[in-house]
Amino acid sequence: MGDQKRIVFPFPGLFKGMWVTLKTLFKKPPTVFYPDEKEVPVPRARGVISLDVEACTVCMLCARECPDWCIYIEGHKEEIPPATEGGRVRTRSKLDRFDIDYALCMYCGICVEVCPFDALFWSPEYEYSEYSIAEMLHDKERLTEWLATVPEAPGLEPS
Amino acid sequence: MSDPWTTGWFWADTVIKVAAVLAIMLPGALALIYAEVKVSAHMQHRVGPYYAGGRFGWAQPLADGLKFIQKEDLVPSAADGLVFRLAPYVVIMSTLATFVVIPFGPDLVVRDLDLGAFYLLAISSLSTLGVLMAGWASANKYSLIGGLRAAGQLIAYELPLLLAVVAVVVQAGTMSLPGIVDAQAETVFTVGGFDVALPFILKGQIIGFTIFLIAAVAELSRIPFDMPIAESELTMGYLTEYSGLRFTMFFLGEYASMISLAAVAATFYLGGYWLPGVSDSVLNVLGPGVLLAKVGLLCFVFIWIRWTWPRLREDQLQNLAWRWLIPLALVNIVIAGILKVVL
Repeated sequence: MGDQKRIVFPFPGLFKGMWVTLKTLFKKPPTVFYPDEKEVPVPRARGVISLDVEACTVCMLCARECPDWCIYIEGHKEEIPPATEGGRVRTRSKLDRFDIDYALCMYCGICVEVCPFDALFWSPEYEYSEYSIAEMLHDKERLTEWLATVPEAPGLEPS
Repeated sequence: MSDPWTTGWFWADTVIKVAAVLAIMLPGALALIYAEVKVSAHMQHRVGPYYAGGRFGWAQPLADGLKFIQKEDLVPSAADGLVFRLAPYVVIMSTLATFVVIPFGPDLVVRDLDLGAFYLLAISSLSTLGVLMAGWASANKYSLIGGLRAAGQLIAYELPLLLAVVAVVVQAGTMSLPGIVDAQAETVFTVGGFDVALPFILKGQIIGFTIFLIAAVAELSRIPFDMPIAESELTMGYLTEYSGLRFTMFFLGEYASMISLAAVAATFYLGGYWLPGVSDSVLNVLGPGVLLAKVGLLCFVFIWIRWTWPRLREDQLQNLAWRWLIPLALVNIVIAGILKVVL
């Protein structure tokens, strides 16, 4: 420390900085005036998570993996009569409740990644702010509405 | 021009001139605040005020001012009430009083004092007192530290400011500000029948001008010399306890002193109201505009510096003043003196 110079000649850096701010002064700011103009998000933006109720098997993987515990799932089992005479009675899981609390969600997408049956999808929609925090809890009907806004999945890469 | 002392028009004359100075200064300070928020925003790739006033957010400083006026004027119970209340007036008065001697045109000067430059430096250092009063009277440790830093800084940078002006005074041979402007309007040489006159910045005062500008930024306590109000360390320094109208006065005073110091720098180094090739009678009309244009240019430099450079540490700040600026300013005086004798 003792042999360190106390004052380093500062001028090149200082004037480089001045040039940067002067250049920036005459550039157009990228600001979007939100309610008047709307930003177009990229197609795969993480805006909101939508749910395909038919694909969900109430396996609870998403609810368990969610770091914020913002997914609430309830379900029950139904008996399905045998398809053919004398066949075995089958059971299948029926989804009663699937809520995502967007007041807690941190948009990590782990639930979408972890779903083994492709029931959860990202949608680029982002305009769902509310005046009450309770309104941020989207139930399964609301989550299903988002499904219409999910972009088409890109095709497989040619082998 | 007949002396208003003898014509009996002294009071009417004074009132008109004071009103004129106020009419320029207060909107000027507001315009400068607007310029600062807009320029800083665009330098940071933002838009800045946009909605207030309908277009470009031009009414933002007015709206801010109105908001400040509505706020309660708090005085801490442990504060020294009288000194606390008085401090903003001292600061703003010392700023406004500088305009007594600044010439806006050949005849447009409130009072042409023979010791104009001396008066100017004396009256502008009064604001140090106001800052110290604010820091001391607030009964707040942040305020006190801020006030002490301000005192140390303003005293340190008062010297280079003063010494830089001494070199100008030596070169001009007068302390009267109109006299200094006249000295810059003198013909230096003639090119093809056209008389070329140079302002002091081009007559060997470039070092002096640089020293003056650095010291002026320090006197204004603006970044990179804003140790007295360093937000990250001292909340707002000596302004911490101020609210409402008194804070507004400090705030306006800060920008008004920016204008006044820029006007002083323009008068000393950039030729003040004077424009080449224009006669005195025209300058009486155009002069204020010319001076304001030069002031605007310097204020832009102040803003530009503020939004580019980082803050100096306290020891670096004192180092710069005592080890670099003051010796340099002394050398500058010697050079100015030698040139004055030789040429």
